[in-house]
Amino acid sequence: MYSEKVLEHFRNPRNVGKIENPDGVGKVGNPVCGDVMVMYLKIKDDVIEDAKFETFGCGAAIATSSMATELIKGKTIREALSVTNKAVAEALGGLPPHKMHCSVLAEEAIQAAINDYLEKNGRSHEQVPARDISCEA
Amino acid sequence: MIYLDYNATSPCDPKVVEAMLPFFHEKFGNPSSLHSLGQEAKKAIEESRKEIAQLLGAHEDEIFFVSGGTEANNLAIKGVVSAYEKKGKHLITSVIEHHAVLNVFKTLEKEGFTVTYLPVNREGFVDPDDFRKAITPQTILASVMHANNETGVIQPIEELGRMARERGVIFHTDAVQTVGKLPIDLERLPVDLLSASAHKFYGPKGTGFLYVRRGIRFIPQILGGPHERGKRAGTENVPLIVGMAKALEITLKEQPEESQRIQELRDFLERGILERVPEVVVVGARAPRLPNTSMMLVKYVEGESMLLNLDFAGICVSSGSACTSGSLEPSHVLLACGYPHEIAHGSVRWSLGKWNTLEEMKEVLAVFPDVVEKLRRISPFGKEVIHHV
Repeated sequence: MYSEKVLEHFRNPRNVGKIENPDGVGKVGNPVCGDVMVMYLKIKDDVIEDAKFETFGCGAAIATSSMATELIKGKTIREALSVTNKAVAEALGGLPPHKMHCSVLAEEAIQAAINDYLEKNGRSHEQVPARDISCEA
Repeated sequence: MIYLDYNATSPCDPKVVEAMLPFFHEKFGNPSSLHSLGQEAKKAIEESRKEIAQLLGAHEDEIFFVSGGTEANNLAIKGVVSAYEKKGKHLITSVIEHHAVLNVFKTLEKEGFTVTYLPVNREGFVDPDDFRKAITPQTILASVMHANNETGVIQPIEELGRMARERGVIFHTDAVQTVGKLPIDLERLPVDLLSASAHKFYGPKGTGFLYVRRGIRFIPQILGGPHERGKRAGTENVPLIVGMAKALEITLKEQPEESQRIQELRDFLERGILERVPEVVVVGARAPRLPNTSMMLVKYVEGESMLLNLDFAGICVSSGSACTSGSLEPSHVLLACGYPHEIAHGSVRWSLGKWNTLEEMKEVLAVFPDVVEKLRRISPFGKEVIHHV
């Protein structure tokens, strides 16, 4: 049911772990629903220097977390905020329909971590262009 | 490959395949045909019926061949309810039934019947007291499974069946997980209807039977020709029925010894995991359980990710029930036992069978702790706790 790419990222997830003194942390999901993603960011001059994650969840949740960190590393926060759940899913060669919500979680984790960074720096979320986060998942 | 998913399905015994083969191409007659080829097939299914009846302490005319456990459950419940609905509108079942039972009752609720869903305790066990209290003068049918497919917990059906009989309530049991795994004597067991599925006891998929005690009426649910004494239309699946009888014969002959051997392997595996992996709970450990089943809850990790990692290592298991793997809800059985969602998500079910060996259990013990450790390293939960263990 999973693509090769999903299985590969699940098997060898990139960027697992915490970042000491992170500039932004985003925690999304709910253990009741079976998946929780925590994303840690190291950001300098609005550029994501490092991204790590910790995830409790199924194969798709772990693979999307891994892919999401890969997609945003080295990007500006503005670029990172434009990474959609669809982009994460596509980068993984697609997800089964009932697992699309995992990619939504990955998108939300990126957003939450960046918003945390902005808040910590006394900047409002509005400084980043508002985006449509609705999706087909 | 190490197969530890026997509660999902079992491979056909080679002797079963051998018994079935002639009925696909040589003895291919339709049992309803009057010529010798047809009568040969007819004879084969009637001998199979006789064999199954004898093995379970039943009469031949009490065994009805169907397509499997799901159809047997549907036919039993809908068939009895249709036959007795004038007597009352109340039904009893349990919250841990298979969906092939639960969804039938849910449909009957929509049709105006009242259904009492008996709860289970933390061990996944139905309390006979709850059953006794649930019976009303309006109750026509009760259905409680013999053993649960996920936890392996064996329900007190003898006691429940006796209570039902005393109060004039028809009693059905879904014995899909126990036929072949436990000795069953229907002469003694106070059960009116019993469902079984061949592929759980080394027979083929696509066939099963419903036992209906003499004197119990039920309305057929599939209409057509006069097959199965007018109770289940459709040309009999001759090869599969022959295979099922053969499988039951072999399985029950081996059962006493096999049960003990499998239980020793299961206990070895269970003990080994509990020694090696912290924060694991065995569901139903204090209840009577099938000798082959172990349902474990592994804290801080999710079941599917354990299943996938085990699969990478060539080990086949289930997380919760295979039937629910397409959904996001954790197992209804584990929730019914009172485990919170986040714990129920971390379930892994080991179910053993006759081709498992001690070597395989040792292999699993070499692999599983690393699987859990890897996933717990990825998980945001429980790190503090685990580091102190």
